[in-house]
This record gives sequence, structure tokens and C-alpha cells, in this order.
Amino acid sequence: MVDQEKQRRGLASVRLCDLAHGRSGDKGNHANIGIACYSDDGYQRLTSVLTADRVAEYFRELKPSRVVRYELPNLLAFNFVLYDVLDGGASRSLRIDSQGKTLALQLLEMEIPVPEAT
Amino acid sequence: MQTIRVGNGCGFWGDNLDAPVRLVEKGELDYLTLEYLAELTLSIMAHQRRRDPAAGYATDFVDALRRIAPLMREQSRLKIVTNAGGMNPKSCAAAARRVLDEAGLNDARIALVTGDDLRDRLPELVRAGHEFRHLDTGEPLEPKLDRVVSANAYLGAAPIVHGLAQGARVVITGRVADASLTVAPAMHEFGWQPDDWRRIAGASVAGHLIECGAQVTGGLYCNWNQVKDYDNFGYPIAVIAEDGSFEITKPPDTGGIVNRETVIEQLLYEIGDPKDYLTPDVRADFTTLALAKTPCGVRVTSATGRPPTDSYKVSIAFRDGFMASGVLAVYGAETAVGGSPARLKAELCGALVFKRLERANCLPHRFKVEVLGDRDPQRRSPVALRMAVHDPDRSVVARFCRELAPLATSGPPGIAGYAEARPHPREVLAFWPALVNRAVMTAQVELL
Repeated sequence: MVDQEKQRRGLASVRLCDLAHGRSGDKGNHANIGIACYSDDGYQRLTSVLTADRVAEYFRELKPSRVVRYELPNLLAFNFVLYDVLDGGASRSLRIDSQGKTLALQLLEMEIPVPEAT
Repeated sequence: MQTIRVGNGCGFWGDNLDAPVRLVEKGELDYLTLEYLAELTLSIMAHQRRRDPAAGYATDFVDALRRIAPLMREQSRLKIVTNAGGMNPKSCAAAARRVLDEAGLNDARIALVTGDDLRDRLPELVRAGHEFRHLDTGEPLEPKLDRVVSANAYLGAAPIVHGLAQGARVVITGRVADASLTVAPAMHEFGWQPDDWRRIAGASVAGHLIECGAQVTGGLYCNWNQVKDYDNFGYPIAVIAEDGSFEITKPPDTGGIVNRETVIEQLLYEIGDPKDYLTPDVRADFTTLALAKTPCGVRVTSATGRPPTDSYKVSIAFRDGFMASGVLAVYGAETAVGGSPARLKAELCGALVFKRLERANCLPHRFKVEVLGDRDPQRRSPVALRMAVHDPDRSVVARFCRELAPLATSGPPGIAGYAEARPHPREVLAFWPALVNRAVMTAQVELL
């Protein structure tokens, strides 16, 4: 429904937060971002669109050494682990967000292409 | 089916002071768990114990216990399991003993679980070939050994179960895996075997979900504008069944929200591979879980698990120089010579502070300038300029702390915030995760 509305308004994409919600946190120098979809349809679409590479590119300023995507189809969810993105981790990071707490909200602003109308 | 109600009234040392009491008042609990130890809490406690041999534990717990003790007399089935012992479980247990005695609960036994603290044994263990390699970088600990402040293994549920089996009403531990605080009551009450991986996995998932307190009952919830009564947050209760399934709920007439979304967000919080959630008790698989809405929360079934590894995780902290950070507000404005967007001005200020430090031969080993607030460089809304530094030499960091105030007269106009306290150097206790073979560790349980 959200997609149709955006298409009607001539927009080619939705934001990730229209399809999913999430939460992020730290594990040493790594961050993880849990993303859970509101619908099965959204999960199917994000499986092909929201790849580890796409997330790594989105957060390129944090210079992840690698990004791994884990899938939880039972919960329509993904877990992204972003390695070495926390400037040393909570104990020695010089960033205000030393624990990656804001990363989920940043990712949820990502533009997601709308599929072709059928 | 038989169930037990395990409520967690604390997600870290510093969490809401009233939550444990309110949870006991309204939660009809069998067990209250209180989780005080984040990754670096123990290193802070180690510092405290160095200054005062009786300190180094979560003093909040003793205050909470004083308020809960009268309720323990009314609620004869209520038991408490907590890792409040931190770096000094003995001292914590002695303080708790005094509180219970003062409340007339002389018969209520306290089980003290120790054996997680490895610091004094580290040199000997390193000499014996235990390298404590950094879990991520693979570096051996040896070069950092003389700077280690604390080293604690994450023990599992077994010693807590042992304490409960001896009739303890309060179990106080140092470092144990957060989930084990919940697993142990279920193992004790239902008599699960230690190799009942499916049931233990279920209780571990329950423990993982409630260990951060209100984070599963609406705290941090993405759709935060749906959360009611933030000021009266209900803390979580896991109603665990004999088969290892459970329901997440909260006391009636409290704020917050428990729904499928809050449960999934917390399930994924700070985890790695969801097929392999590692605890000392089990390796749990989150990809088999099924969630269902209930009238008062969410039911979680179908956990699976397999045997744990032969290692315990060890959390080590070592002294790693000094840090400081300071924040100033920067306003942009139109001037005769043209626009001065706040962001550009803030970036200039950050750069000039470090140029001045360089000229004074005090450029910190690591430094960072962040401009927070406005992503559009053309706009003039105020931004926060944050500067942070890290250096092995305290005097270098101290010089940085002196370098913000001069901007008041020798920087650009439109900067505010000088009335806030000048930054101060703080010692960095860096985190070093490692593993240790289980055979090296022996947990002790003592009844007081």
C-alpha cells in the first residue's frame, strides 16, 4: 500500500523504515543491526535488495572491514554484523555514538527501490 | 503446565532505582533477577576495590534489597538472583546479609558464587601457555599483561543452581553470563538435566530477552511514539514453562509495550550469528523460534540448542592511556562578508584547536572532530561541535582540555557552552575479549 501510494506520487523508492524496524548495538569493536520486516512481502524484497554489500556501501564512512548478513526467515528478520566500525569500541572510541546505538535509525532511512507495478 | 515467573528489574548498573521494587510489588514473581554488569562495569569496579578493599560491587543492589526485604517476608516464594557481586561478591554478600538480618530475615540464606575472577592467576596461566588471544584480532595478551585491571570469565548457570538447591533465597555472583541468571532458576525448579539443550536454549532465549530490563518492554522500541507512559515503565517478566517455552509480559497497569516487534528487536540486540547464540550453558538457535501474540505479551516457543563449547568467554580490561572530550554549540549567521554556515564554522574551530595543540607539541595520538546536528552545509541552524582525544600521556590530554576555552576570545563568533565544565582526562580501560578453557575454572558456592 505504501508502495502504491509512493508510485502514485511519482516516487521510485520507499524508505526502509516503511518496510521494517530495527535496533543496533555493539560487541567490542563491531556493531550489529537487527532489521525486522512488517510483512512477508517486505522480507522477500529485502532479501534481494538489502544485501551485505549494500549495507557496507551505505556505511562506507565507518570503513567496515566486512559486513555479514544473517537471515531469520522465521521472524522475517536480518541481523547485520558490521566489523570494526566503532573506532575501537565503547571503551576507547572517540565518537559520541561509541556503541553504534544510532546505526539502526540511520539504516532505516535507506531508500529502497519500488518494484515494477504489475 | 507448570510455570515460573522470572522478572528482571535491572539492565545495567545505573538503571532505574525503583524498578526492582515495583516489579516485586506488582509482578507476582517467583524469581527476581538483577543484572548489573556491562562489558566494562567490572573494570570500573576493580578501580573502586583498589581504592577501598570493601568496595567493587553494585551498591545499588544493597539499597534495592533493603526496600525489597519486607516484601520477601510477605512473598515467601520470592527468590533473588543477581550478579551484583561484581569484583567483590564477598563484600556484597556480607552487606546483603546485614540487610536481611536487620529485616528479620535471619533464616533467608544467601549463596555466594565466586571463581570467575582470573586476574591474579593471569601471569601463571600465561606462563602455562594460555594465551588469552584477542577474540577479534588474534593478538596474544602477554604484552598487555602488566596493565590488566580485571579479567573475569563468564560462568554459567551450574553454580547458581547449586546455591538454589541448598535452599538459598538470594544468590549473589560475580561475572556470569547474563542469560544464566534466568536459566538457573528454570533448571532448579523444573529439574532439567544440564544436557537438556532444547529446554536450556529456551530459557537462555528468555534470559537474553529480559537481561536488558525495559529494552523488551518498550525501551528503544523503533516505533517509540506508540509507547505509553514512559515514566511508569513496566520491567519484563518471563513466564517460563516446564518445556522451555515462555511468555514475555510485564506487570499490569504499567507503562511500556510488549509486542512482536519489541521482542524481535531485543532478540536481535547485540548478537552475532542467530543460529549460534553462545552461552556457557548452551549454543542456542534463534532461527527455529516461533512467536505468538498473547493477551498480555508474546509467547516464544520452539527454541533449539546444542552443547556449549569447551571454553568460557573472558572479559579483560587493561589500562590504555587517557581520553577527554568536550562539546560546544556553534551558531551560524549572515555577516557582511557572506554566509557562515554553522557546520563550516564548527569544522574550522575543530581544526584550529588541533593546529594549536600541534604547535604546542601536544598533538594527541588519536583525535576526532564531530559536527552534530545539521547535515546540510548551506543551512545556518546551530550545530554541536564535539572534540575527543586519546593519548598514552595524561599531560597531552590535559593540554587539550585547556584548549577549548581560548576559543571564547580567539575563535569565530557565535560559540556558546563555555560555562559547562572544562573537560577532564579520564583513564581508558580498554576491553579485551578472550577465551579460557573450562578446565581451568572452578566455581565456588558458599552459603551465608
